[in-house]
Amino acid sequence: MGVIQRETTLAPDAADLPLLGKLHDWVVTVDHKRLGMMYIGGGLLFFCVAGLQAATMRLQLAFPNAGIVPPQVFNRLLTMHGTAMVFLVGMPILTGFFNYLVPLMIGARDLAFPRLNAFGFWLWFFGSLLLYFSYLGAEGLYGAGSAPDVGWFAYAPLTERPFSRGNSTDYWILSIFITSIGSIATAINLMTTIVCMRCKGMALNKMPVLVWLALVVSVMIIVVLPPLGAAQVMLLLDRMLGAHFFDTQAGGSAVLWQHFFWIFGHPEVYVLIIPGFAFASEIIPVFSRKVIFGYSVMVAASCAIGFISLGVWAHHMFSVGMTPAGNAFFATSTMLVGVPTGIKIFNWLGTIWGGKIRLKVPMLFCLGFLFQFLIAGLTGIHLATAPFDWQLTDTYFVVAHFHYVLIGGLLFTIFGAIYYWFPKATGRMLGETLGKWHFWLLVIGFHLTFDTLHFAGLMGMPRRIYTYQAGRGLEALNLIASIGVIFQGAAVLCFVINVLRSLRSGEPAGDDPWDAWTLEWSTNSPPPDYNFATPPEVRSRRPLWDLKHPEDPDWEYE
Amino acid sequence: MTSTPPLTISPVVSTSAPARGHVGIFGLILTESAFFSIFVAAYVFYIGKSASGPQPRDVLAPPIFNSICLLSSSVTIVFAVRALRAAQVRTFALWWLATLILGLEFLVGTGLEWRELIYQHGLTIHTNLFGTTYYSLVGLHATHVVVGLVGLALVMILTALGHVSERHAERADVLSWYWHFVDSVWVVVFLTVYVIGR
Amino acid sequence: MRWVASLAAALATAVPALADDWGMGAANRKIAQTNVFATVSTPGDEVRTLALFVLAITGVIFVIVGGLLAYSVVRFRRRADDDGHEPPQVYGSNPIEFAWTTVPVIIAFVLILITARTIYTVQAAPRPPDAIDVRVIGHQWWWEFQYPNLGIITANELHIPVSDPNHPTPTFLELESADVAHSFWIPRLAGKTDLIPNKKNMMWFDPREVGTYLGQCAEYCGTEHALMLLRVVVQPRDEWERWVAAQQQPAAPDGAVAAGRAVFESTACINCHTVRGTVATGRFGPDLTHLMSRTTLGSGVALNSREHLKIWVHDPAEMKPGALMPAMNLAEKDLDELVGYMATLR
Repeated sequence: MGVIQRETTLAPDAADLPLLGKLHDWVVTVDHKRLGMMYIGGGLLFFCVAGLQAATMRLQLAFPNAGIVPPQVFNRLLTMHGTAMVFLVGMPILTGFFNYLVPLMIGARDLAFPRLNAFGFWLWFFGSLLLYFSYLGAEGLYGAGSAPDVGWFAYAPLTERPFSRGNSTDYWILSIFITSIGSIATAINLMTTIVCMRCKGMALNKMPVLVWLALVVSVMIIVVLPPLGAAQVMLLLDRMLGAHFFDTQAGGSAVLWQHFFWIFGHPEVYVLIIPGFAFASEIIPVFSRKVIFGYSVMVAASCAIGFISLGVWAHHMFSVGMTPAGNAFFATSTMLVGVPTGIKIFNWLGTIWGGKIRLKVPMLFCLGFLFQFLIAGLTGIHLATAPFDWQLTDTYFVVAHFHYVLIGGLLFTIFGAIYYWFPKATGRMLGETLGKWHFWLLVIGFHLTFDTLHFAGLMGMPRRIYTYQAGRGLEALNLIASIGVIFQGAAVLCFVINVLRSLRSGEPAGDDPWDAWTLEWSTNSPPPDYNFATPPEVRSRRPLWDLKHPEDPDWEYE
Repeated sequence: MTSTPPLTISPVVSTSAPARGHVGIFGLILTESAFFSIFVAAYVFYIGKSASGPQPRDVLAPPIFNSICLLSSSVTIVFAVRALRAAQVRTFALWWLATLILGLEFLVGTGLEWRELIYQHGLTIHTNLFGTTYYSLVGLHATHVVVGLVGLALVMILTALGHVSERHAERADVLSWYWHFVDSVWVVVFLTVYVIGR
Repeated sequence: MRWVASLAAALATAVPALADDWGMGAANRKIAQTNVFATVSTPGDEVRTLALFVLAITGVIFVIVGGLLAYSVVRFRRRADDDGHEPPQVYGSNPIEFAWTTVPVIIAFVLILITARTIYTVQAAPRPPDAIDVRVIGHQWWWEFQYPNLGIITANELHIPVSDPNHPTPTFLELESADVAHSFWIPRLAGKTDLIPNKKNMMWFDPREVGTYLGQCAEYCGTEHALMLLRVVVQPRDEWERWVAAQQQPAAPDGAVAAGRAVFESTACINCHTVRGTVATGRFGPDLTHLMSRTTLGSGVALNSREHLKIWVHDPAEMKPGALMPAMNLAEKDLDELVGYMATLR
């Protein structure tokens, strides 16, 4: 059954539509590019909100015994910050990028199920609003309502009715359950698109690395988000119908919640970082002017990471009282997952080596990613050695480690990706000078805050505390960490100004401003609704390299 | 910035559009399997741990007839899809209706079983750990049966209105995959609850 | 670093939003700082040895890989006089991939072996017959310590004898929780172990140096998780035995505070608290029989003194907002007499 090339009735020129008409277009869209941008835009908005929540926490923690916010408010801040950053910032931004890029990179017209795509977005959107609505709506009995305050991993039995009164925990459960359904729907969509809709000549081993990683992430989401949903349903049954899944007072098990949560939670952090690897794998080659080193190994390592990550979850539970054999098993599997991760770093290094590096803003962010992710991986090894983890777990060392992964690693690649693909999506370049200010301010602020917090953990500072006492050696470290927030805030401000300014009057980009090699750069900036005028046909992993270098095409070497 | 020459133009290519539905439903089956496995894990974890209240051995009777009905409905739906592929819409409609009826019977049977458990044996979701895990696992499965029946009923209505033809055979097949999934989950639930857990 | 600490202290006094620290800042400064490397007990030492080894290995990896990265960025920058040609495209190299797969696997293997060894050394340690047994029960937001073999129940401050390496007398803790998950963490003595309701955990330490060791709850347990503090007082053997003997006595009646005792025994206090030798046998809150023998109040939130005790009893939320003890709303005279009585519970 062939594709029927129909003449599309083009929508009236955007400039002619009244504002309501434009809004309507966006609300009813099923176009992957628009939905992708809506995901990213929404995610960036929540990034600012959750970031302000973090800034408030760091203000409180800058001094011992600071009475800036009472403990109840602080505990809501920490819960909302963590929950929002994972589900309302990380997931949508990464979903948004894959949504936008995958069809363009495989020469397809859209995702496999465009209406399902829109459905997934709106589920995420309303789920996110529901989470923040808890500030207003969670007043239940006992007047104990407000935003959830149980931590982003909501350990039982703290979340059970006796210890979590009112409806705040129910808001946590329902909002995340709803957004997760959206994520799963998009993952099924992406998986089907990649499996079924690649253009002619694009065998699986000719896909860009980003598409491969999108496939890995999609399968992971499909398999790994349901355990969270299941545990949440169980918790809801406990809270609403008097079930006893995690009700320790009736024989239920608190540790069971932890197992179910981390069976989701650990692969989830790989779901978050692997798209960062994907962005880096597209940007680093282009700005080093070299093909990626070891394509097959990169793909195999990513699959290995995805697979092994399913078996490491209890390294979050080393202090729970598992048997020595249990602890040893999970320490082993965690060390092993570090091997393919390290291999990827070496392959990126191999890509840069011998190249001609152009230090444009996307590359700066990816270089920052490489250094910082290396450090994050090494502190991960510290945490993997279970006995050392007995000292480090639940302290600011872990907080520093995962912020190193998520900010130093993921956020840097996200910014790199935005600077890289913004020209394609909008037809305009982001400002290079302001971009450099953005980058360097973020580097300074990030390191001031998170390098220092490692030491706070080593000095005995646990996590999720609304204050600490003077005289414990924590004052200077916390003050420095809080000062770093000012620089990070300034960096984000530079970014926002850059985006707004460039949307209005950025330098026109053209189809291929970076001299890149994957299919999305062969169509207009921004791409037309239908992406490609005729379905492309490829012969190698870098179709545009083949066209630009007909005397030395990739397919002779692959 | 280099100017990019136009890409190779090829004749109209065939997409693997038919495969999309099947790959998509496979994704759904994968995700639902992960969802169910957590409830099964909880069930197995809590076997024998109820300190009081009705125990499985005392109150559970394996629902053999119900199970035969449900599993037979997988056979009838295969015949239905086969008939539709061969453009025999009337035969398709009859086999499809049989599937629907068998599925409904299963649901009714489950309801009767629950009525007995609740009113005669006093077992509810909050009675003990057995009650919690039993009702959640069997209830989750029953919910999926309901969703499947809604889908089957929709197709039934569309068929009755004359809108269904051979063109829709692949879509009916995709729906039948979901139905087969629901039936295989029942095999796992049956083994866990009525065989291993008793 | 010192100028930063001074700046911090200066700012700390300047910021008007700071809450009172009830004398704890000064008290904390008298104790050696908590630090996971300054260990004085075998489990802590084992962990520290492993930690230093891992830090060394990862340090070397960082220097090598980070160094190569830094070098490559500098060495392979596009020169200003670049001819515009693309550099040689290197698609990969199987020997190199093999090498940089094998080396990490070997390193991982070594780490796995020493990790497993340390796990078993700490978790599967045999319990010598002279060990001290303590049963720790975590509550929202205080610690209950029971010495089952000695007939003592106390709270928040754990007294144990120093352990002579030649004749070890370690303390073995059985960890339980009355409500939600908590975690017992004294960094200088051992790694943390969680207190999980419906589950019994075990940990041990054998401190070889006399002194006070600070720690706190390390598993988020609700509103006042941050102030569920721990104090472990390691004493010479004879001093500890005197402490035990004193703790074993019921509260000594003192006629001078009979009015205060009457207030105590006729108010809701007795529903939650125990004072051995009186009618108070409540189990929901800490045992107060020897309240004044403790250095702090409210699991470390305030230095123990009559003034602070009065503030606490009047309204615990002033020191520990969210604490489950309600404000007692006593008349001033009753409060004074009550506190006068409690001050005799040494």
